[in-house]
Amino acid sequence: MKWTWFHRLGSPKWFYELSGRWLPWFAVATVLLIATGLVWGLAIAPPDYQQGNSFRIIYIHVPASFLAQSIYISLAIAGVVSLVWKMKIADVALQQSAPIGAWMAFISLLTGAIWGKPTWGAYWVWDARLTAMLILLFLYFGVIALGQAISNRESAAKACAVLSIVGVVNIPIIKYSVDWWNTLHQPATFSVIEKPAMPAEMWIPLLIMVVGFYCFFTTVLLMRMRLEILRREAKTSWVKAEVARLVGKKHE
Amino acid sequence: MNESIFAFNSFAEFIAMGKHGFYVWVCFGITIAVLAINVALPWLARRRYLNQEARRLRWEAMQ
Repeated sequence: MKWTWFHRLGSPKWFYELSGRWLPWFAVATVLLIATGLVWGLAIAPPDYQQGNSFRIIYIHVPASFLAQSIYISLAIAGVVSLVWKMKIADVALQQSAPIGAWMAFISLLTGAIWGKPTWGAYWVWDARLTAMLILLFLYFGVIALGQAISNRESAAKACAVLSIVGVVNIPIIKYSVDWWNTLHQPATFSVIEKPAMPAEMWIPLLIMVVGFYCFFTTVLLMRMRLEILRREAKTSWVKAEVARLVGKKHE
Repeated sequence: MNESIFAFNSFAEFIAMGKHGFYVWVCFGITIAVLAINVALPWLARRRYLNQEARRLRWEAMQ
C-alpha cells in the first residue's frame, strides 16, 4: 500500500490546496440537503401516531446527536495521529473540531430536553443516556479549555490528544446506555444494519438530515482549519504569498 | 384527508403543529441559529484576520 497520501496529508500546504477545492462542494451539498430535509421533515412527513407533531424534533435531535458522538471519535483518532506521527494537521483538526462538537452536543441536549416535555412530562431527568450526553458536552469543554490554557503549541496538542483518547470511553456508554440501564430514552430509531423501525416517508428525510449535518460539519471544519493553517504557518513563504493574494483580491 | 403531499391542510395548522407548535419551533429556531453562528464565526474571523494582515502589509510597505 502506498502511504504517500498519508504523509502528504501532513503537509499544511497540500491540505490547504485540496480543502480549497472541496469546500464549495460541501457547502452546496449542506444547503441543499438541510433545506430538503427541513421541508420534508417539517411539512411532508406524516405525524407520529403516538407523539403527534412533536416527533418532528427527531429531524434535528438525531443528526445532532450522531454528529456530536462522531466528532468526538474523530477527536480521538486525530489525537492518536498527532501523538504517534506528530502530524501538525491532526492537531489543527482536533482543535478546530472540538467547538463544533460542543455545539452539536448542546443542540442534542437542548432539543432532547424540549422534546422531553411533551413526551415524558419533564425537561430533564437524570437518565443514563442524558447524563452520558451531558458528560460528552463537558469533555468537549475540557478539550477546548485545555487547548486554550496551554500556550506551548506542542504541549497543548499532547494534552488535548490524551484527553480526547481517554474521553472516548464515554461514546460506547452513550450508545449502549439504553440497553444497559432502564431508561426513559427510546432505543435507537435508526441503525446502519437493521431495517428502520419507522416508515420510509419518515426515515428518508431523517437520512437526508443526517447526511446534511455531516456535510455541514465538514464545511465548517474546513473553513476553521484553513484559517488556523494561515495563522500557524504565517511565517512560511507559501502562506505569505497566499495572504498577499487574498488581501489583494479584497482591495481590487 | 388532503390530497396534497403535505401533512397539513393549511398554513395555520402547519404553524400550530397539533398542540406542539411551541416545542417544535423553538427547537428548529435555536438549531438554525446555532448552525448560522457556526458558519458566521469562522467567516468573520477570516475577514478580521485578512484585514489585520492587509494593514500590516501596508504598514510594512511604508517603512
